Amino acid sequence: MSRNNTPKTQAEKGILLRLMKTLWKFYPVMMPVVVFCILFSAVVSSIPSIFMQKIIAAVEQSWKTGDWAAVSGQILGLVSVLVVFYVLSLLAAFAFNQLMAIITQGSLKKLREKMFNGMEDLPIKYFDTHNHGDVMSYYTNDIDTLRQMISQSFPQLMISAVTVITVFSIMLYYSLWLALVVLAGVTVMILVTRKVGGASAKYFIRQQQSIARTEGFVEEMMNGQKVVKVFCHEREAEADFDRINDALYSDSEKANRYANVLMPVLMNIGNVLYVIVALVGGVLLLSGAPNVSISGLAFSISIVVPFLNMTKQFCGNVGQVSNQVNAVVMGLAGAKRIFALIDEQPEVDDGYVTLVNAKEVDGQLVECEEHTGIWAWKHPHSADGSVTYTRLTGDVRLFDVDFAYEPGKTVLHNVSLYAKPGQKVAFVGSTGAGKTTITNLLNRFYDIADGKIRYDGININKIKKADLRRSLGIVLQDTNLFTGTVMDNIRYGRLDASDDECIAAAKLAGAHDFITRLPKGYETPLSGNGANLSQGQRQLLAIARAAVADPPVMILDEATSSIDTRTEAIVQKGMDALMKGRTVFVIAHRLSTVKNSDAIMVLEHGRIIERGNHDDLIQQKGTYYQLYTGALELE
Amino acid sequence: MLKQLAKSIREYKKSSLATPILVSGEVVLECIIPFIIANLVNEIKAGCSIGTIAYYGIILVVMAALSLTFGALAGSACATASCGFARNLRKDMFYRIQTYSFENIDKFSTSSLVTRLTTDVTNVQNAYMMIIRTAIRCPLMLLFAFIMAFVMGGKMAVIFLLVVPVLGFGLFWVIRKTMPLFKRVFKKYDALNNSVQENIQGMRVVKSYVREDFEKKKFGAAAQDVCADFTRAERILALNNPLMQFCIYAVMVFVLSFGSYTVITSQGLQLDVGQMSALLTYSFQILSSLMMVSMVFVMITMASESAKRIVEVLQEESALHNPKAPVTDVVDGSIDFDNVSFQYSKGAERMALSGINLHIHSGETIGIIGGTGSSKSSLIQLISRLYDATEGTVRVGGVDVREYDLEVLRNQVAVVLQKNVLFSGTIKENLRWGDQNATDEQLVEACKLAQADDFIRQFPKGYDTYIEQGGTNVSGGQKQRLCIARALLKKPKILILDDSTSAVDTRTDALIRKAFREYIPETTKLIIAQRTASVQDADRIIVMDGGAVSAVGTHEELLQTSPIYREVYTSQNKAGDDNEQE
Repeated sequence: MSRNNTPKTQAEKGILLRLMKTLWKFYPVMMPVVVFCILFSAVVSSIPSIFMQKIIAAVEQSWKTGDWAAVSGQILGLVSVLVVFYVLSLLAAFAFNQLMAIITQGSLKKLREKMFNGMEDLPIKYFDTHNHGDVMSYYTNDIDTLRQMISQSFPQLMISAVTVITVFSIMLYYSLWLALVVLAGVTVMILVTRKVGGASAKYFIRQQQSIARTEGFVEEMMNGQKVVKVFCHEREAEADFDRINDALYSDSEKANRYANVLMPVLMNIGNVLYVIVALVGGVLLLSGAPNVSISGLAFSISIVVPFLNMTKQFCGNVGQVSNQVNAVVMGLAGAKRIFALIDEQPEVDDGYVTLVNAKEVDGQLVECEEHTGIWAWKHPHSADGSVTYTRLTGDVRLFDVDFAYEPGKTVLHNVSLYAKPGQKVAFVGSTGAGKTTITNLLNRFYDIADGKIRYDGININKIKKADLRRSLGIVLQDTNLFTGTVMDNIRYGRLDASDDECIAAAKLAGAHDFITRLPKGYETPLSGNGANLSQGQRQLLAIARAAVADPPVMILDEATSSIDTRTEAIVQKGMDALMKGRTVFVIAHRLSTVKNSDAIMVLEHGRIIERGNHDDLIQQKGTYYQLYTGALELE
Repeated sequence: MLKQLAKSIREYKKSSLATPILVSGEVVLECIIPFIIANLVNEIKAGCSIGTIAYYGIILVVMAALSLTFGALAGSACATASCGFARNLRKDMFYRIQTYSFENIDKFSTSSLVTRLTTDVTNVQNAYMMIIRTAIRCPLMLLFAFIMAFVMGGKMAVIFLLVVPVLGFGLFWVIRKTMPLFKRVFKKYDALNNSVQENIQGMRVVKSYVREDFEKKKFGAAAQDVCADFTRAERILALNNPLMQFCIYAVMVFVLSFGSYTVITSQGLQLDVGQMSALLTYSFQILSSLMMVSMVFVMITMASESAKRIVEVLQEESALHNPKAPVTDVVDGSIDFDNVSFQYSKGAERMALSGINLHIHSGETIGIIGGTGSSKSSLIQLISRLYDATEGTVRVGGVDVREYDLEVLRNQVAVVLQKNVLFSGTIKENLRWGDQNATDEQLVEACKLAQADDFIRQFPKGYDTYIEQGGTNVSGGQKQRLCIARALLKKPKILILDDSTSAVDTRTDALIRKAFREYIPETTKLIIAQRTASVQDADRIIVMDGGAVSAVGTHEELLQTSPIYREVYTSQNKAGDDNEQE
């Protein structure tokens, strides 16, 4: 995460710079073009005022004569130059507006992709230790703040900066004294902006926090709304909500008030400045004071009048800049969070042993392209450059494994166990005993601190994570389904599975029955994590998904916990068929689920305290026996 | 829809009305100031004295001060009005949701309610702010600028009659083109974010199946789709700016060329130089007002989707109503179902319950057993009127549940729901949901009955232990026991446990039931369970199957008569017939 020891403003500058660089890299060709167009458009649109003044001056000089023919050439000539500039300015404006629309949306898309791709590569630890709502808001709130900043604030700031500089140069061209007056006025405006705008930005950030708090509260209450009803707790819930809602109101009211007041204040400072310039101009004019300017012109009406117009333009631009203060502050806060996500360290994978299709030729395993049903670990040896092939059988052994999620808090001590190919190994123990942790280590969601895990005799640290995980099927207690049809969700297990294979897997898992009763059968669309299915039905789908993947080793972590015992009895047959010929690790709350395992490990505080099959353990009359007879609680 | 929303303005009516009034003051000054400035410029050109400039200066400073006052007050009133409106909207929605029955709650997902209460309200708030600020401002600006333009410029102002329709038509075209695009793109955007959420939650699945690249590709395609639509919409919207500039430039060129001609040929009689520059100023004002109108339109159209979703919540009628003359006393804990049928929604194909006839005496202990989808939960939810029966009557204490005051009924019929929820707060605070005024002793007593006292005391902070949101820092069994204690504190005449001891071990489960028998014998107890062990000592057991009562009787009777009960029993006691003896 970001280090916060740098001064705040400096950190923000860094973020601004990085954001610019990122956008530049996204559009290396378009960005320079757009910047050029913006600058060009700004310069070109501030020049016409000079010609306008010249035209007016020409009219001024000659209107009394009433002789149009004498000045028409000069005036129309000036008008044509004006038209040329207008056309150029229009073209530039058109181009940059169009390009900006493309760049804004394109950049947001690329940033989203960058975030998402980075996120997919993060280790599980990240998701276990970060609030999911928080991660989500990177994609919603933070991206939204950037949209406003890129599409509006950036071009606006650039235009205004250019305009301010050009106008100020023109002012110097005319008169130093008057320019200094304007400069003083602008200084006041900037000070006011910093003060009022700063307060506004502060409350806008506070408002964002208040919104997050409201969101959290509403989410909790809506989740428990039925409990609120059952306990007639509506009044209390309302009172709590009022408190949070009022705080949000107070923050957003202040934020908006400061923001709303800023504009009229600046505008009227501009008006007063106008008067001051007029006064000073008038005084200088009457007193005949010497003028200091680039042009060397003496004071005259034709200097004071354009100067007044420029003052107006100048103030308008300062106002525009101030308008963007909030967007920039919030955009930078958003960018900071987005970069923090992008900068997260991805999951490291040093594995080099890969899983390949193989066939047996003369008793020797040979790698091949086609799917043979035989898998082998391809193990290159860097020492002599040779490659060995080991048949994938599902033999898993743990030797003296220690593990801690946080340094110092060891959750697994000296765990050793083996599962021979085709065996069913069960873990039993209370919450926090370390059952799920063991499975987290097998597929390397986390890496062990000490000891060794061997898979078919190979240290799993040497196996490429993707290949290791492909060889392990996992069904978790909390079933996650994805938006798509039932069929899509089953096929998630193996993307090239045919419809028939998916249906066969569903039959095996005992899910076929309820699926055919859904409105559109296998084509029924699921959304909101399968909200329209019961927890039990979702678990059945998860089992079908694992079945279609057809892995040699399966891990079932409370996979049938939400299926009632009657249905489980029905599913059991399918489960047995599914487990046949595979090495299976089972974690289950219901002892009936684990009873027929080849080995049962009873875990307590990260240690295996008993092991053996059901009959052995019953005879030992230890913890398992107590659990089984209901003398001990399992949670 | 607008009527419904307007109801939430209430105490902010004053600031809502004050805003446009103050704004009109600001507008009038904004329009007069350039007029005075034009005069000043003319005076300067005519070579006036410093005194005259100072005179104008004072007028201008006073006006600027007034304009600032109006502007600041308007901005501030506007902030109060719009934020206050948003606050009331949130409040009204939240209060409305509190009146919802279970049927209404089922209709909205949690995440959709959260979005409606936050993002949607913010959208409406911003649109409201725009409306009250510009509703008067733009038309007034336009009108004023038009009048001034005609007064000052005379015939010259005819140019506006040409340009304004062009601009108006252009803006209209832009809005018409972009609106459907925006509507569509917001839906896609929701879907995109939805898929991100699925990934965050399901990361273990994604990684287990090594589907990172698959998900990346999926996301990339969806993001590209959103981007393409968004870009198309924004590119059309981006025409606004050049279009506006084109119109301004056209007016400028016209005024500068034709104006100069008029000034010179009429020797300043038809139009003088000051008027000519004023025309230029007003042309800018007219066009930018129109531009503002178009932006407001875009904003309103975008917010209207949000408004629609808010109104949906506000107009959702609770499916249950308190009777006019409610019965406020529950005599005893007897329960009767007479020919009760129930379906969750009118369109539902299948009855969740049909032809239920049950008579439960006060103080009886009833076990309910049945497979998933046998409507056990539906049955008990009718008792405390969480849903209304579709046909037939449910009576508690001999009185139709629909005649009771809802709060009275629910206080006497305590339900521990299957989906147990504890709220963030201390254990004590959670328990007091059952009874606000319970003493510490009463809390302990209830926890002892629910077999929760022991483990609570083992926590370092005991009853003051803080429960995290969703009760994630206590185990499933502990959570269930806390929920039972919470329900016990209501001292109900009827206590219903909907599969509330599934994570509790059999021994503790038995202890809880024993405590019920001994300490609250007069309370009617309904226990839904998966395990036959949890119900076999009940006075009677109801076996549910497919939304109907399949059998009623004692454990022994049912073992003889009900094949379903027998099947469940044997499946759970296959190997260990001897281990349920206590």
